[in-house]
Amino acid sequence: MSDFINGSAGGSGGGCGKEGGCGCGSQSNSGSDIASAADFLETGQPQTRRGFMKAAAALAMTTLAPGITLFAVGGGSAEARPLDEAASSKVRWGMLIDASKCDDGCTKCVSACSTENGWKDNGRPDTDAQWIRAVTLKNRKTGATQTLPMMCQHCEKPPCVDVCPTGASFKRADGIVLVNKHTCIGCRYCMMACPYGARSFIHEPLEDQKDYAPRGKGTVESCTLCVHRIDEGRLPACVETCNAEAGGALMFGDLNDPNSEISKRIATYASIELRSGLQLNTGVRYQNI
Amino acid sequence: MTSMRIVKFILSIWIMVIGVSLPGQLLAAESSLLPSIAKGKGDKCVLPTEYMRRNHMDLLDHQRDETVLDGVRTKQFSLKGCVSCHAVKGGDGKAVTVKDPKHFCASCHNYAAVRVDCFDCHASRPGEKDQFGGLKSKPAGHDVAALKSYLHSGSQTSLRGRDK
Amino acid sequence: MARTTYRVLNGRGVTFWSIMALHALVILIGLGATYYMEHNGHIVTGMNNRIVWGMPHVFAIFLIIAASGALNVASISSVFNKLAYKSFARLSGLLALALLIGGLAVLVLDLGRPDRLIVAMTKYNFKSIFAWNIYLYIGFIVIVAGYLFVQMNRGTESWTKPMGVIAFVWRLVLTTGTGSIFGFLVARDFYDTAIMAPLFIATSFLFGLAFTILVLSFTCFTIRDQLMNKEVMNKFRDLLIIFILVVLYFTAVHHLNNIYITQHHGVEKFLLMDSPVYATLFWGGQIIVGSLLPLFILINKSLGSNRTAMTFASILILIGGLAQIYVIVIGGQAYPLEIFPGWDEISSSYGDGQIADYMPTLPEVLLGVTGISLAMFITGAALTILPFLPQPISDE
Repeated sequence: MSDFINGSAGGSGGGCGKEGGCGCGSQSNSGSDIASAADFLETGQPQTRRGFMKAAAALAMTTLAPGITLFAVGGGSAEARPLDEAASSKVRWGMLIDASKCDDGCTKCVSACSTENGWKDNGRPDTDAQWIRAVTLKNRKTGATQTLPMMCQHCEKPPCVDVCPTGASFKRADGIVLVNKHTCIGCRYCMMACPYGARSFIHEPLEDQKDYAPRGKGTVESCTLCVHRIDEGRLPACVETCNAEAGGALMFGDLNDPNSEISKRIATYASIELRSGLQLNTGVRYQNI
Repeated sequence: MTSMRIVKFILSIWIMVIGVSLPGQLLAAESSLLPSIAKGKGDKCVLPTEYMRRNHMDLLDHQRDETVLDGVRTKQFSLKGCVSCHAVKGGDGKAVTVKDPKHFCASCHNYAAVRVDCFDCHASRPGEKDQFGGLKSKPAGHDVAALKSYLHSGSQTSLRGRDK
Repeated sequence: MARTTYRVLNGRGVTFWSIMALHALVILIGLGATYYMEHNGHIVTGMNNRIVWGMPHVFAIFLIIAASGALNVASISSVFNKLAYKSFARLSGLLALALLIGGLAVLVLDLGRPDRLIVAMTKYNFKSIFAWNIYLYIGFIVIVAGYLFVQMNRGTESWTKPMGVIAFVWRLVLTTGTGSIFGFLVARDFYDTAIMAPLFIATSFLFGLAFTILVLSFTCFTIRDQLMNKEVMNKFRDLLIIFILVVLYFTAVHHLNNIYITQHHGVEKFLLMDSPVYATLFWGGQIIVGSLLPLFILINKSLGSNRTAMTFASILILIGGLAQIYVIVIGGQAYPLEIFPGWDEISSSYGDGQIADYMPTLPEVLLGVTGISLAMFITGAALTILPFLPQPISDE
């Protein structure tokens, strides 16, 4: 109770305690040092104490194998921000999706997002909200097939932000495109305007929302890049799950930091924006489509 | 109008005024007509009760803009904070939602007939643990820092560190 | 030339009051439908995450376009000094106001959060054409009310021309804004074109005049033969023919342009050929019923100037107009977004790559119709209260 009056947080912010992007998981930290086990676990593994202790104990005995390090790196990283600090434009959060690693028929990112944020499949696909979906592509002429996840692309110049009459659809300083549901009047113009069909309208009264992801009837919503997790220094749920349980197609990080893993990957391997002709400079990029 | 009618008119207005304001004057008294508002956790709220009664909406309005638009997540005036402190347990031991008249916000708002808009979107009872079983409000690295200090210091400090 | 005098609608018999009662009943039912929609959420409508704007928006846009066009008759007299239309200026202004209020009511009542109208009126994102439209609509109401005031108030007639010019320019900006709601959307193949604005301007001329003729025909039973005399009917006939042809022109240019551009072949083929719903509405509704049939009626000079025939043609025009707006608003959304060019088969759990289905439900259709009834009710009520109708002067 006292922390409410003092205004201080229950735990301190700044998870890694390092400036800039999270450097943990890079090669220099691999080694037999037990404390490095802690560094490995900073990159977004499940936070249960039991799982944590198990992993720490196992690692205490072994050297970190390069594969595990890369695996952890593939998820990307975020750094927790102090509670009273506003988001800053020094950072631009983005995602890199390697479509070749997206397994056919896999929808783990979709389930992770829906569990995390509280939207569900009610059996009514026309009106059920979907923040992320697996899209299957087939080319009849060449026979090629492809699956990839699609969500809000967090454009730098979002059409949804341009058209919102009340300014409820907005871009936060660190690049995340959000809906301020206090101001949203539910006109759905942003849904007309989104070139990716990323937004959903809530068509019925909701109950038992997650307390960190409020959502309600009559407003519009879309992928928030798990902003509640990012502000705490964790990874978006889809990224975490894809790297822990599936092909590892999703990578998250700071696009403004040239040393972040995502920036290095984008600089090295070709990646595209969807509907790049629209010149929206999306924060979500795709490789190997 | 005769003077008698004027007097009657003024008297009736006066009676109406007193009749309407009386319940407010009796607010401190125990009465089955008035809402019974559950006590929150701890000995007091983040600000004095009288101030909160009048101004909680201003505080929440300001906080919500800061949180949504700027990403400032200070806990003092956060809605999550209010909900978790003021949670009221129902018959099944779990916190009640705003639909239940015992809910802290509902108990007063139902009486005052002011619709609460917040809980169309926000959860009206404290959240459960996240999908990985950890408590969500902990930033990443909390457990890690605790492990580090445990491993390095060799003492018997609790792994959970400072529990709030 | 004798001064025109104006008067309140009299001769209010059973017919008039039955029509008013019918409109009032429709409005009440529509409000009930709105409450049902708002309380249960839009799940009770046919609108979904792919077709986000449905029947209410079709009616609302239809009414808003008609509203700006209804001011035309007044503008012709005040701005372009054609005195033959001067006697209709007040009625035209009233109709413009009523139709706009009806359209706006439908738009507002369909919002996901209509209780947040105050937010919409106080928080503006000025990059949004929608936000500009809110100002344009409110401004239109104020300006047209002012325009009517200076005409009806003694001693301020000299302000009629300046107010008329302001109203005329304002309505052109307003209709351009309404068209740009669609024209500015880069996301969809059928929108994202500058021609939406002039198309809507042309359509507004047509709808506005059709509504004016309808209202004149149906509200003034006793005097309409004198009010709508031969000279006036000939002029209306000429105007209607021109307006139909101009709308056909802009529609043709819009579609032909898309047909030329290979990238847009998909949506054109869908709307004009493949889709049973939209192809029927376009060819059968807009073209045949809304344009060719009325043209056929109006082209014959003696038939075209007959009041009954022209009223019938106006009804056909408005039905075709509804079909036109339906194809634009809903057809444009039904066609999937082109996110992955080069891939033929696209599927997902969210309707990617698939034509979206839309089946309007009763509450949303009722809400749409309520807009029309509201507009007509306001018009009828105003006619009985204030002198909008010209006192016909015998030709001799």
